[in-house]
Amino acid sequence: MLAYLAAVAGEAPYILSGSLVTLGVVCASLGLGFCMGVPLALAQVYGLPTARRLVAVYTWFFRGTPILVLLYLFHFGLFDALNLNMPALVSACIVLGLASSAYQSQIFRGSLEALPAGQFKAARALGFSSVQSVRHIILPQALRLSLPGWSNEYSILLKDSALVYVLGVPEIMTRAHFVASRTSWHVTYYILAALLYLAITALGLKLLRLLEKKTRLPGYNL
Amino acid sequence: MNEKTGTFPEPALRLEEISKSLGGRLILDAVSLDLRKGERKVLIGPSGAGKSTLLQCVNCLVLPDRGRIFLKGEELDQSDNRALRLFRRRVGMIFQDFNLFDHLTALGNVGIALQKVRGLPKAEAESRAVEELARVGLEGKASMYPAELSGGQKQRVAIARALAMDPEVILLDEPTSALDPELAGEVLTVIRDLADGGMTMLMATHQMDFALALADEILFMEQGRIIEQGVPSLLLAPGSGTRTLDFCSRLALGAEGRI
Repeated sequence: MLAYLAAVAGEAPYILSGSLVTLGVVCASLGLGFCMGVPLALAQVYGLPTARRLVAVYTWFFRGTPILVLLYLFHFGLFDALNLNMPALVSACIVLGLASSAYQSQIFRGSLEALPAGQFKAARALGFSSVQSVRHIILPQALRLSLPGWSNEYSILLKDSALVYVLGVPEIMTRAHFVASRTSWHVTYYILAALLYLAITALGLKLLRLLEKKTRLPGYNL
Repeated sequence: MNEKTGTFPEPALRLEEISKSLGGRLILDAVSLDLRKGERKVLIGPSGAGKSTLLQCVNCLVLPDRGRIFLKGEELDQSDNRALRLFRRRVGMIFQDFNLFDHLTALGNVGIALQKVRGLPKAEAESRAVEELARVGLEGKASMYPAELSGGQKQRVAIARALAMDPEVILLDEPTSALDPELAGEVLTVIRDLADGGMTMLMATHQMDFALALADEILFMEQGRIIEQGVPSLLLAPGSGTRTLDFCSRLALGAEGRI
C-alpha cells in the first residue's frame, strides 16, 4: 500500500503538469476556432452565394471527419507532404482549431440569424457601412447570444484534446498513458487523468459563466 | 396648419417614379412625390399598400428597381455606397418596432452613430446624446437599456437617435402602431413638437386624428400607387366622395384603438 502511494505520488506531478499542455492546446485551438469561426459565420450569413457554398463545404468536411482521422491526415499527410516539419503540438492546435472553427461558425451563424433584421436596418439607416454595422451593432449582440453554445464548445474541445496523444503531444492523456503502461496500476493513473479533465472543465465553465453574467444586459433575459 | 401648403419654396425631397417588385409582386408602381422644406406629408392607406416599402425606398434600405431620388435638388446615385451612407445621414428614419440597439444604453443608442458615423469624440457625442434625450423628455433614462424601457420610451429614444444626426428630413414608418394608446400619446407629443419646430416629415400612420392634425397634405396609397392626395380638409370634406374619406370612415367604424 505504501509502495503504491509513494509511486502514485511520485508520478502525479508529471501527469499534473500535462494539464498546462492540455490547457495550452485547448486555448490555442479555441482561439484559432474563434478567429476563423466568426468570419466563416459572417460569410455564411451575409456573403455571396459562392462564399456561402464554400463555408458549407468547409464545415461539412471538418464536422464530418473524425478528429483522429484529421490529426493523421494533417500531421502525417498534408504537413509532411508540404515539408513543413511541423511540431506535433502545433499540428494538434491547428487541427483542433480548424475543426472547432467549423463548429463555432455554426454557433455564431445561429446567433446572427437570431438577431432581428431591424438591427442591421437601423444601423444602415443611420449611415453605418455594412462593416461598421457588423462590428458595432451585430457582433456585440451575436457574441453575447453565442456564449452558452460557446461554453459547450469549450468542454467538447477539452475532451477532444485527449486525442492528440496519438501525435505524442505531452498533455494529460499522453502522460497518463505513458505512466500507466509502465506500472501495474493503470486505473489509478487514468482516474487521475479523468479528475484533471473534470477539474479543468469545471474551472473553464465557471469562468465562462462569469463572463456570461458580466456581459448580460439588464432587463434582457437570454 | 394646412394654410402653409404651397408656401414651401425650397424642395427638400423628391421621388420620381419609384417602382419596386418583391417576389414577383409589384409593391410600388411608379410613385412620385415632392416634399418641401418644413412640409409634413402623411401616407395613409390599407395594409400592404406599399407605404412602408416606399419609406424604405427613400433612403434605399430597400433599393428601388426604378426611379430617381433627389435631396435638395441633388440626385442620389443609388449604386454608390458612399453616397448612400451620406444620404442616409441626412434622412432620419423611425421604425414601427423602434429597432433600438439592444446592447447599448439609451445614451449609447443616441451616441453611437455620432461617434462612429460622424466621427465625433466620445465626450462630445455623449453630451450631444444627453441633449437629444432631454429633448424627448428622457434625461433620466440615459443609463437604461432598451429592455428596461417602455415601448413609448423606446420610440422616443429612437427619435432622439435620429435627431442627433441633424437630419434634413425624417421618415416615420407607423411610429405608434406597436404602442398602446396611452404610450402612443407621449410619442405623438414628441412628433408634434418636431413638426412645430419645422422638421420636414414623411410619415405613414393609421392614427387618423393625428394625421389630420399634423399633415399639410395626405397621400392615400393603394396597391402601390398614390391614388389621391391633397389637403386633409378637402380630401375628407363630408360628401367629397373620395376614396380617402371612405377609408377613414371605415377605419373609424372598424378597428377600435386604431384611430
